[in-house]
Amino acid sequence: MNLTLRIWRQSGPDAKGAMTTYEVSDISPDMSFLEMLDTLNEELILRGEVPVAFDHDCREGICGACGMVINGQAHGPERTTTCQLHMRHFSDGDVIDIEPWRAAAFPVVKDLVVDRTSFDRVIGSGGYITVATGSAPDAHATPVPKAAADTAFEHAECIGCGACVAACPNGSAMLFTSAKVVHLNSLPQGAPERETRVLDMVETMDAEGFGGCTNTGECATVCPKGIPLASIATMNREYLRAIRKGA
Amino acid sequence: MALATRPEPRTDKPAGRRTDTRTPRTALGRLWRSTIGKKTVMAVSGLFLLGYLVVHMAGNLKVFFGPAEMNDYAHWLRTIGEPVVHQEWFLWIMRVALLVAVVAHAVAAYQLSRLDIAARPVKYVHQRRRASYATRTMRWGGVIVALFVVWHILDLTTGTVNPNGEHGRPYENIVATFSTWYGNVIYIVAMLAVGLHIRHGFYGAAQTLGAGSASRDRALKATADGLALVLTLGFLSVPIGVMTGIVE
Ligand code: HEM
Ligand code: FES
Repeated sequence: MNLTLRIWRQSGPDAKGAMTTYEVSDISPDMSFLEMLDTLNEELILRGEVPVAFDHDCREGICGACGMVINGQAHGPERTTTCQLHMRHFSDGDVIDIEPWRAAAFPVVKDLVVDRTSFDRVIGSGGYITVATGSAPDAHATPVPKAAADTAFEHAECIGCGACVAACPNGSAMLFTSAKVVHLNSLPQGAPERETRVLDMVETMDAEGFGGCTNTGECATVCPKGIPLASIATMNREYLRAIRKGA
Repeated sequence: MALATRPEPRTDKPAGRRTDTRTPRTALGRLWRSTIGKKTVMAVSGLFLLGYLVVHMAGNLKVFFGPAEMNDYAHWLRTIGEPVVHQEWFLWIMRVALLVAVVAHAVAAYQLSRLDIAARPVKYVHQRRRASYATRTMRWGGVIVALFVVWHILDLTTGTVNPNGEHGRPYENIVATFSTWYGNVIYIVAMLAVGLHIRHGFYGAAQTLGAGSASRDRALKATADGLALVLTLGFLSVPIGVMTGIVE
């Protein structure tokens, strides 16, 4: 199929960007969205133009690198990562708008690439557990109730792609932060830092310039890993509990 | 995208980054500084105002039982708590509490809105319609409700803008308000705004206070819709009653 792409081009962090139109032809419906962009880039390189910069790594939906906003939707029309989005969800002649994640905490580096290290600082401020190092403990030394293990696993699935922030009208990282808080606070291994974790992570999240939650629900709608919206309520509960305990 | 190494702390100051980075010492200070804490203040003050509105709406229905019952009820409001508290003291305590709640709610709303807008400085070129009407109108709907509250006090509390404006005769004052076209327009628009605000606000407050969960989501939304509907219809019944001549 033949497509018209309107892509955000910006040569550097401080450069002024603009939507630029490209035509691509002979796109197979079996291509992934990134392969479609590869096709465009090969052509651009042959023409001596600068290829479109975009992040990608695993291309199998597990690393979270490949974020971009496609026709106003984070990761495009399907609830998956951009690398797992296939061109069969588009039709011949479509005009596709491609923009970077937009948030104050995710400044554009180049074209579709944004700096997501603010996420790493949120994780660094509390997304860990304290363990005694040394010889490996017995696998079941700490019993974990099945329900807690399930909750923890559901939230551990977050790949930190940032789609939640990109989709939120307030550029809020509440869903991302809640995924890690709920993941670790559900487990006995996470208990020693239960209060400091949520307080510190929320403080870093605010300081990084992410907005607050207005319960719009856009974040959970676009999350490729299905982190539930209710996790935000759980984090709020953990936060208020920690404040009450005066941690 | 987590990195294996610990990232360097950021030194530059991008647009949305907060500059008030001093850590408060008290729990209340910490609460007020965080986005979740401000939302908590909004939720608690909002729910208090909501509770007040439910009682207020129910009280308004007295109008359907005639001038004597309505005016007696208004008089009784001034005697609540007697003889333990002096006449009208309860009323004034309530007024102060309401004022505190409205101010806390509005200040938190203003501050959060500023943070939220700063956090998304660049709009998407490709815009999609997002979220429900109630969700999208929380800010301006809230402002409309606030302006209405001022008008409402000038109309039916002080009587300043009321065509009748007689103290101790709320029944006659109400009928006078709804006998003017502008009175009806102002009240109907404001009550629809209140209904929308509560529809999203009640649900939001439940999430903010941590009462939300996947299994409770539908029940919370249904409760929010129900509350919004009952309140709006209850309030609207008064101007409609006067307009149709049921109340005169
Ligand atoms: C001073 C005028 C008011 C303003 C400027 C205002 C503004 C706002 C804003 C911006 C929000 C957050 C919206 C969101 O989550 O997207 C909100 C939430 C809320 N409002 Fe108001 N509002 C006002 C008056 C009222 C009144 C009179 C009530 C009582 C019915 C009320 C009840 C609520 C509730 C319960 C919430 C939910 C709090 C939460 O989300 O946690 N508001 N308001
Ligand atoms: S490239 Fe790894 S998730 Fe898409």
